[in-house]
Amino acid sequence: MTPNVSIRRWEPYLWPLCATAAILSLWSAGVWWSGTRVFPSPVAVERALAELLRKGLLWRYIGDSLFRVGAGYALAITCGIPVGLLLGWNPAAAAAVNPVIQMLRPISPLAWIPLAIVWFGATDLAAIFLIFLASVFPILVSTMNGVRNVPPMFLQAGQNFGLSTAALLRRVVFPSALPQMLVGLRIALGVAWLVLVAAEMIAVTSGLGYLIIDSRNAGQRYDLVIAGMLIIGLIGLGLDFSIRHLETWKSVRWGFRHET
Amino acid sequence: MAHTLSAATARAVKTAITTKVSLDGLSIVFRRDGSAVEVLDRISLEVREGEFVCILGPSGCGKSTLLNIVAGFLQPSSGQAWIDGEAVRGPDPRRIFVFQERGVFPWLTVEGNIGFGLFKLSREEKAERIAHYVQLVGLEGFERAYPHELSGGMKQRLEVARAFAVNPDMLFLDEPFGSLDSITRLGMRKELLRIWELERKTILFVTHDIEEAVQLADRVVVLSSRPARIRRIVEIDIPHPRDISAPRYLELRDGIFEEIGLAHQV
Amino acid sequence: MKKFSWLPPTIFVAILVVAWHIAAARQAVPIIPGPWAVLQGIGELARKGLLVKYVVASVFRVTWGYLLAVATAIPFGLFLGWRRRAEMALNPALQVLRPISPLAWIPIAILWFGVGDLAAIFLIFLASFLPLTMSAMNAVRNIPAIYLQAGSNFGLSERQLMWKVLYPAVLPQLLVGLRLALGIAWMVVVAAEMIAVNSGLGFLIIDSRNAGNRYDLVVAGMVLIGAIGLLLDTGMRSLERLRSLRWGYGTD
Repeated sequence: MTPNVSIRRWEPYLWPLCATAAILSLWSAGVWWSGTRVFPSPVAVERALAELLRKGLLWRYIGDSLFRVGAGYALAITCGIPVGLLLGWNPAAAAAVNPVIQMLRPISPLAWIPLAIVWFGATDLAAIFLIFLASVFPILVSTMNGVRNVPPMFLQAGQNFGLSTAALLRRVVFPSALPQMLVGLRIALGVAWLVLVAAEMIAVTSGLGYLIIDSRNAGQRYDLVIAGMLIIGLIGLGLDFSIRHLETWKSVRWGFRHET
Repeated sequence: MAHTLSAATARAVKTAITTKVSLDGLSIVFRRDGSAVEVLDRISLEVREGEFVCILGPSGCGKSTLLNIVAGFLQPSSGQAWIDGEAVRGPDPRRIFVFQERGVFPWLTVEGNIGFGLFKLSREEKAERIAHYVQLVGLEGFERAYPHELSGGMKQRLEVARAFAVNPDMLFLDEPFGSLDSITRLGMRKELLRIWELERKTILFVTHDIEEAVQLADRVVVLSSRPARIRRIVEIDIPHPRDISAPRYLELRDGIFEEIGLAHQV
Repeated sequence: MKKFSWLPPTIFVAILVVAWHIAAARQAVPIIPGPWAVLQGIGELARKGLLVKYVVASVFRVTWGYLLAVATAIPFGLFLGWRRRAEMALNPALQVLRPISPLAWIPIAILWFGVGDLAAIFLIFLASFLPLTMSAMNAVRNIPAIYLQAGSNFGLSERQLMWKVLYPAVLPQLLVGLRLALGIAWMVVVAAEMIAVNSGLGFLIIDSRNAGNRYDLVVAGMVLIGAIGLLLDTGMRSLERLRSLRWGYGTD
């Protein structure tokens, strides 16, 4: 991008290493210099991670969190995509329903926490419901817009070849809207991950969000807090990476601007 | 010379028997923001079976609108289009519309695009048909490629192949070569004529390029600017392949240039 | 025809409200309030002066956290997009920090800033800082190279290039990032107020539940959160309709 820059082969490895080393040493120095007894150094965080692994808590909490996200997200996909297709395809239905969606969408999913607890108790179901709420709107809206943005030329071509409405939806509308749907799926996964942490802080007693809030409340174990954050970050990164990987599929590549 | 002429005459006699398309007083008015825009004004035209007709007119005159009506994508405000004696009520797989190269489906491979309309055939027939048309338009080696990996000319050939593959008896082409560079465009015209001579489909071809029309068509229908009326229909009585420096070619071409009100000088 | 385009949505909303009313009236244990009870709840809040107080508290926190993030993240993101080596160096750290839910920072926010406005503002700042940095960075990287070539062709210095080419070219994408970040900020303020402070709409919701199961006030709080979120989103979207930016958002 920047004019007149040629990057040498070793540079993509050297600079990140330097920066990461610098950040870690600043962190250690800050802890040492301030003499804090509460905030952990990088080494303490590493020891906390090892402790979690030894106790077997780590894998259980990760499993619980992934299960909740997976269930809520899958539910959001099974509702959001068909409804989005329907609303995108049928402008009259969209005109009726869209204002309601626009009103519900900006309500933070976290504002539903009290209602989720009334309806489902402090259980997995409450967390799954919250994640469903958080991810269904991005999926639904992006599917709807994807269908609306199908170029009329593609629809005409499909009709011209004698496709029935069902075949037109399956063979033209769906693949044409897929890139935009994938963007919605990615955004939804990010939001789901964000909401999961909040839900686990309030509504349940396991998972990575619970690990964080519990480590603080029970004895100010900030080393465990930061270990938990790190794991949340890494898993979130992994999820984002795998969904971005979908975008490189050849049959959807055309819809994304990819740098070479 | 005498031999080719007599062959052309014989063909003309044979094809004159059947009328493929009959347009009867087509008019269309678009309403936008309360004001009415008259786009087509009483277009009447007959096209013979197997004939190659170019519809020529200035940009924005409504020639694409005319093509969309004949293809069944638009309803005229008055008048009626007839094909094979049936009134046109909507799009039909027996007549395929070829857009500019943007009409190929980006999520399908070359094979997938050519096979798009062949969902009623068995797997073997389909594969055979696809292989035939891949070869006919010279896309061998690119069967598994996606459109974004192809050049503009290749995409355009792909779209033509997709249309021919369903074996329609008529094709509508809407400025199909408009976005190609002039060298590729010349090659594409040659290709289209070659396939047309092999398969003898009826073709309605919209263009704003006078040279293109005179090189390709049996007859050129010259439209006025909006609202479009037929100014003149020019019979191009030169057999293919056409010598584009022959006196007759230049005469016909310059006649159209004058008709449109342009002296042929730069 | 167009005159009555408001009719279907109105009817649909009316049906939903009636369904809500019936469902609320028929529950065995009256927990979920009906629409009328929620309206009365909003009225009660307004009478007590809590309505304005809580709305102002929430908006105040979002404004400060968001503006701080805008002021720091955009220059930072533009810098990273412009300098390949800087981006290379910091990208791994940013990639790991970004998917950490801002709410996971709550314990640290409380440790550093105590229970109060500062902790909430810090959380909102965090929540909007990373998305904004990323979108500014990507906006710079997505500028077609020919714009920059054209700019330097006309003999612009690097500073002029940034001001005359870079800035207008990234603006449309930046606005989308700004809108998304504001949405996240609004979501996070609700969570932050549930945990870290004792005023604001998030606090209203959690407090109404804890202190006496006042679910009419819970839903009233949700309605207010939705309405303000809608206003913020609409405001940001209207910026995208400015004529000098329209080219950046396809045609509709």
